Amino acid sequence: MSWLTHTSVGYSIVLALLFAVAAGLVGSFGLMKRMLLAGDVMSHLALPGFGLAFLLKINPLLGAATTLFLGTLLIWQLQRKTGLATENIIGVVFAAGLGIGAAITPSDELIEALFGRNHATSLFGFLLGAFAVVFIIAAIWKLRDRLVLTLFSPELATATGVNVNRVNLCFLLLFSLTILVGLRFMGALLAGSLIILPAAIGRRWTDKMSHFLIASSVASAISVGIGLLLNAMVPKFGPGPSIVMVAALLFGISLSKGVQRASI
Amino acid sequence: MHLVRDCDEGLVGRNLVNEMRELAKTILSVKDLTVNLDGRTILSSLSFELHEGDMLAIIGPNGAGKTVLLKTLLHMLPYQGEITWMKDARIGYVPQRVAADRQLPLSASDLLNAKARFLKLSQSDIERAISLTKLTPDLLNANIGVMSGGQFQKILIALALLGQPNVILFDEPTASLDELTEERIYELLDRLKEESGITVVLVSHDLSVVYRYATMVLCIGKGKPCFGSPKKVLTPEALEALYSAPPKYYQHLRDHHGL
Repeated sequence: MSWLTHTSVGYSIVLALLFAVAAGLVGSFGLMKRMLLAGDVMSHLALPGFGLAFLLKINPLLGAATTLFLGTLLIWQLQRKTGLATENIIGVVFAAGLGIGAAITPSDELIEALFGRNHATSLFGFLLGAFAVVFIIAAIWKLRDRLVLTLFSPELATATGVNVNRVNLCFLLLFSLTILVGLRFMGALLAGSLIILPAAIGRRWTDKMSHFLIASSVASAISVGIGLLLNAMVPKFGPGPSIVMVAALLFGISLSKGVQRASI
Repeated sequence: MHLVRDCDEGLVGRNLVNEMRELAKTILSVKDLTVNLDGRTILSSLSFELHEGDMLAIIGPNGAGKTVLLKTLLHMLPYQGEITWMKDARIGYVPQRVAADRQLPLSASDLLNAKARFLKLSQSDIERAISLTKLTPDLLNANIGVMSGGQFQKILIALALLGQPNVILFDEPTASLDELTEERIYELLDRLKEESGITVVLVSHDLSVVYRYATMVLCIGKGKPCFGSPKKVLTPEALEALYSAPPKYYQHLRDHHGL
């Protein structure tokens, strides 16, 4: 049976690296849209889903996916209808999600739900995850021009014929999907961190769009690669915390080397 | 034609230029345009026509609805009435203010490429927009965060020129620019009009600019809107009615331009 575990671990690693690239790309646009922290908080919406799944004895990821997407749509609708600031709405939804989640998730599962764990991945799980990740990367690539135009000026984008509302919703959904894929090894609390940190590192390194996207993805993949290695050496760290520590270290290094922006 | 002529001194003084203008193709026809936003009437029963080759200046006090008018013409806001663009009208738009985050890792070429790819335009379209606005490679590759106001405005014009528009809507092109830069922007607009026959609609506060460059004027604000050639429409009385202030500035201009 040992070869099987081996392949499973291999699947996990490949999936994690693929996920890293998607997270880097999504994070780059999230950083430019200034919604990273908001997006990070969205990952907490997965927690009540975990709790419900344990109660109903269904696949935890299915539960997480349900509450994550419902929460995303709720935030999108609330910010359009109530006129409250996005951060306010996300704060409310997040607090409610975390409260409900912590209350109904069995306490021995709670830590793993929050911080992720070492999983061996089945072939099916791998294919599903890989499909999701490839879909995210392809969708971001397809949306990139619309995203850039919307980032620069929603008004000008609208005049050009971009459906700004739809672009924003698509991006929000891709963001949640990325978090969902990251949940299994990063956990609900840390899934968003792999979207935030690599983008911050990439931004320190370059002032050009294309370079920024590449730098973030590479920084993300390096963090995951070294993080998983660290976790293999010191299993008690857990994969999520290991990856985040490596990414934070990379960010620290990037501070010394970052681009100097010219003054006007 | 249902042109509003309240500010006209009658139809007697029609000159040859106007006769010729009537012969040019109508690129835009607006009839009884009314715009209500949040229960407030911003524009009411506005009618005017834009002909190919016009440089139409829209003037009026702050809050008169000039920007709203442009956005309505672009079908970005709900309206009642008729807005009819010529069939092959390709519209470029330069908004009044682009509140772009200056921290974005974006260059002018990133923006031009993004728009060109989205609209499926060719590389030669991009090159044409660049050469018309005389953008230097340095400026093209500079981050938008380090650009001066004038450079930024040039980038916006280049973006609007992508896709070879035959009409360009320009919302206060030179607000917050210094005089020299302002001069250059207007020269650029004038050159575009001469070289590529682009029809220009511009919102402006600057009456001297209107006198120098505009072929037609539309004034909106207090009272009834007026529409016609600058010399006919911009009478001291009309300006006073429009801005509800004594037309000191106009008097000055009159001396200055020997009108």
